Amino acid sequence: MSTTANPTIDLGPGAHGGADHHDHAHDHDHGHHTLTGWRRWVYATNHKDIGTLYLWFSFSMFITGGLMALGIRAELFTPGLQFWQPEFFNQLTTLHGVIMVFGAIMPAFTGLANWMLPLMLGAPDMAFARMNNWSFWLLPPAAALLIISLFVPGGAAAGGWTLYPPLSLQFGMGMDLAIFAIHLLGISSIMGSINIITTILNMRAPGMTLMKMPMFAWTALITNYLLVAVAPVLAGAVTMLLTDRHFGTHFFKAVGGGDPVLFQHIFWFFGHPEVYIMALPAFGVVSQIIPTFARKPLFGYHSMVYATASIAILSFMVWAHHMFSVGMPATAQLFFMFMTMLIAVPTGVKVFNWIATMWQGSMSFETPMLFAVGFVCLFTVGGFSGLVLSIAPVDTQMHDTYYVVAHFHYVLVAGALFSLFGAVYYWLPKWTGNMYSERAGKFHFWWSMVWFNVTFFPMHFLGLAGMPRRIPDYPLQFTDFNAIATVGAFCFGLGQLFFLYNVIHTIRGGVGKAPANPWDSPTLEWEVPSPAPHHTWETPPDEALVKKGLVAQALE
Amino acid sequence: MRFSRVCALAALLPACSFANINGRYNFQTPQTLIAHDINNLHAWIMGVIAVIFVAVFGVMFYSIFKHRKSSGHSARHFHENTTVEVLWTLIPALILVVMAWPAAKVVLAQKDTRDAEVTIKATGYQWFWGYDYLDYGFGYKSKLATPREQIENYKDQGQAKGEHYLLEVTEPLVVPVGTKVRILTTSNDVIHSWGMPAFGVKQDAIPGFIRDTWFKADRVGTFRGQCVELCGRDHGFMPIVINVVAKNDFKTWVDKKQKEAKAAADDPNKVWKLDELIARGKTVYDANCAACHKADGAGGGPFPALAGSKIANGPIAGHLGIVLHGKGAMPAWQGLSDTEIAAVITYERHSFGNKMTDMLQPKDVKAARK
Repeated sequence: MSTTANPTIDLGPGAHGGADHHDHAHDHDHGHHTLTGWRRWVYATNHKDIGTLYLWFSFSMFITGGLMALGIRAELFTPGLQFWQPEFFNQLTTLHGVIMVFGAIMPAFTGLANWMLPLMLGAPDMAFARMNNWSFWLLPPAAALLIISLFVPGGAAAGGWTLYPPLSLQFGMGMDLAIFAIHLLGISSIMGSINIITTILNMRAPGMTLMKMPMFAWTALITNYLLVAVAPVLAGAVTMLLTDRHFGTHFFKAVGGGDPVLFQHIFWFFGHPEVYIMALPAFGVVSQIIPTFARKPLFGYHSMVYATASIAILSFMVWAHHMFSVGMPATAQLFFMFMTMLIAVPTGVKVFNWIATMWQGSMSFETPMLFAVGFVCLFTVGGFSGLVLSIAPVDTQMHDTYYVVAHFHYVLVAGALFSLFGAVYYWLPKWTGNMYSERAGKFHFWWSMVWFNVTFFPMHFLGLAGMPRRIPDYPLQFTDFNAIATVGAFCFGLGQLFFLYNVIHTIRGGVGKAPANPWDSPTLEWEVPSPAPHHTWETPPDEALVKKGLVAQALE
Repeated sequence: MRFSRVCALAALLPACSFANINGRYNFQTPQTLIAHDINNLHAWIMGVIAVIFVAVFGVMFYSIFKHRKSSGHSARHFHENTTVEVLWTLIPALILVVMAWPAAKVVLAQKDTRDAEVTIKATGYQWFWGYDYLDYGFGYKSKLATPREQIENYKDQGQAKGEHYLLEVTEPLVVPVGTKVRILTTSNDVIHSWGMPAFGVKQDAIPGFIRDTWFKADRVGTFRGQCVELCGRDHGFMPIVINVVAKNDFKTWVDKKQKEAKAAADDPNKVWKLDELIARGKTVYDANCAACHKADGAGGGPFPALAGSKIANGPIAGHLGIVLHGKGAMPAWQGLSDTEIAAVITYERHSFGNKMTDMLQPKDVKAARK
C-alpha cells in the first residue's frame, strides 16, 4: 500500500519499489528535506508542514469569511438597500458562517494540534502521517466548492449556516455545492480527529500518563472525541437534505409526511457539541499560556480536566435550547433550560481556575498573555449572555435577534479567535526561530480588543430592542448601533492585516533569533531547538527530562 | 448586558432594566403580563450577573495589577485546593437554582394556551402574513406597506423613509384589549416566525404543523414586530403589526369584516370575461409576483423574466402547474384563490409583450388542484 504513496518516491532513480521502504527508514533525517517546492507541501506527511498548511489555509479562509462579514456590515451601515440584493445578502451571511466555522476556526485548531501535540507529547509525528496529508488536502477543494457556489446559477446557499429546510430545499445548485463541501469538510474532520486521538492515546513520552499531559492535549483529546461523535450526524443531516432535494425523499417535507423540525433536532445535536469543538481547544491554549506568564503551575489541573469532560458530556444534552421558539412541550422546554444552565457550572470552574492560576503569580503581559487574559474577560461576558439566553422565557425575546449574534461572536471571536492569536504569538518563536515584535503584537491585541467590542457590544442592545438576525435592511430605530458596529467591523478587519504583517515580519527574521525556550515554560515543546527542526523526538525524551517538566508543572 | 462594561455597578443594573425600557436600548415596553414577567426575569438575572461580574473581574484585575513581575511580585507555587474547587462548583449551582425557579414558572405560564377567547391562525407566506379569524369566518393578508422606493437606495437616496419604515403593513392584526388571544401558527412554504416583542411572544410558523402561543394585551395601541426566522429573500420585509382595540370596537370591526368578506367573496362558479380577468390579474400580480419577477415581468438575478418566457408562452397547463406547485425558488401559490390564480395566469400571458390568446377560468384551477 505504501510504496506508491511514499513521499520519497520523487527522490530520483532507485528510490522506488521495495527499496523505497528501506531508504525511507534509514534516510529519515534528510529524506524529507530534499522534497522542495510544491512537492514538499502536496506530498507533506510531516506534522509540522501539515500544521503549517492548516494554519495558512485557515487564515486565508478567515480573510475570505471576514471580507464577507464586511460586505454584510457595509449593507447594514444605514437603513435601506445600498449595495446588495437581499438574496445576495443572504448568501453572504450563509457563506460567512460556514466558512468561519468550518474553514477558519476548526482547521486552525486542527493545525495547532498537528504542530504542537507531537512536540508537547514527545512523539516523532502524528500517528497516521499519510492520512494526515489526506485530511488536509480535502479542505482546499471544499473551500473551492463554497467559493464557486457564488457564481453558479441561482447563487450560493442562502439559508443561513444552519441550512434549515424547507428553505434550503428551494435553492439552486449552490446548495448542493455547499452540501458536498460540508461532506468533504466532515470527512477531513473525522480523519483529523482519529489521528489526534490516536496520537494522544498511544504516543506520549514515557512517564507522561494521561493525567500528566499538558492541558492543551486534554482539550484536544476531548474535542476530537466530540468531533468523531457528531461530524457523521451533520453528514447524515445534509445527506437527507440532498435526497430530499433530488431523490424524492420526504424527511423534511411536510407534504410527504416529513417534519421540517426534525432537521433542526439533528442539526443541533451536531451543532451544540460543535460549539464546544470550537471552544474547548481555546480553553486548552489559554491553560498553557496563563501558567507560563503567571510563572505558576496551572491551578486545579484535575478539576480542569473534569470540567472539560463535563462540558463535553453536557454538550450532548442541551441542543434544543437553540429551538426554544419552535414550540416544544413545556417539559422539554424546562429540561433543556435546566441542562443549559448547568453548563455554566463547569465553565465557571474553568474561569475560576484560570484566575486562581493568576492569583499570587508573577505575571508579565507579553502578547500571548494579553490575548489569554482578553480571552478570559470576553469569554466570560459571552458566558454571561449565554446564561441570559439559557433562560427559556427570556430567550423568547432574544431568539433569532442580534443578541444571539452578539453572544456567539463573543465566544467565537473573542473566545476561539483570540485564543488562536495568543497561540500563534506564543509558539511563533518555536515555529520560525525568530521573535516577533512585542510592540507590534501588543498593538494588534489592543486594536483588536477595542474594535471587537465596538463591533459586537452594541449588538446586545439591538437584540434587546428586537432587531432580527439575517435581515439586509432594518427599521429606523436600529440605525445608530448598526452604524457603530459597521465602523467597528471595518477597523477590526483592518487590524487583522496587521496580524498578517506581524507573522510575515517574524518569519523574515522578526526582532532577532528566538532561544529554545523564550518563555521559560516547562512543557516539552520548549526542549527542542528554535526553530523546531523538521524531525523532533525521533527518540522519545528520556524519563528524567519528562519528569523535570512534570515537576515544574506540579504534576509530579 | 446593557451597562455592565461601562459602569459595572452591580446595584444599578436591575434598576436600569426597569427605568430604561423604550425599545431602543432595551426591551420594548411590556404590554402583557408575560412580557412583564420576562422583563423582571431578565432584570433579576442581570442583577445576579452584575454581582458575579464585579466579583470575578474584581479579583482578576486586582491580581493583574498587584501580582506583576514588573512590580517585583514573586510567584507562590500553590496549585490545588479541593475545598475551593468544591465551593466554586456548589455555589454557582445554588445560584442557578434561584435563577431557574422563577424562570420555570414563566415557562409554564407561556405554554398555557387554554381558555382563549379569540383564536386567530397566523400563516406565514413568502413574504407576508395571513390572518384567519377562525371564530368569525374571515381572514386577510397583511403585507409590507413601505413602498419599494423607500427601500431601494442602489442608485440614489430613494424616497425619504417614513416613521414606521419596514414596520407598517397594509392591514394589521386587530385584537381586543384584555382578552386572551390564542395564535395558531403555520406556514404555506418555509419556516417563518411570528412574534411581538412588546407582548413577549415568539412562535415559529412551520409548514405542515400547527403550533400555538397566546397573549393578553393590557392596553389599547399599535404594536410592531418582524418575522424572526430566515425565510428567504424578503425575510426582512414581512412585519407584524397588531392593533389592540377596545372590546366594543373589536366587535364593530368584526361585523364590518364579516360583511366585507361576504361581499368580496368571488363566486367560484363565475365565468369571467378576458378583460375583467386581466384587470383582476394585474392586482394579484402586483401584490404577489412583482417582488421577484418585477412589475414589468423582466425578472432579475435568480428570478426568471416572464416577458417572453417559455412557460408564459407555452401550454397553459404547464404555466398553471408552476404557479400551483412551485419549482426551485418559486414557491407554490396554493394559498391564492382559484379566481386569483386564474386571473394572474391570464394576465401574465397577455402582458409584458406575451401575446397568448388563451385564458383560465376559476373552475379550471379548481380542477387542476385535485
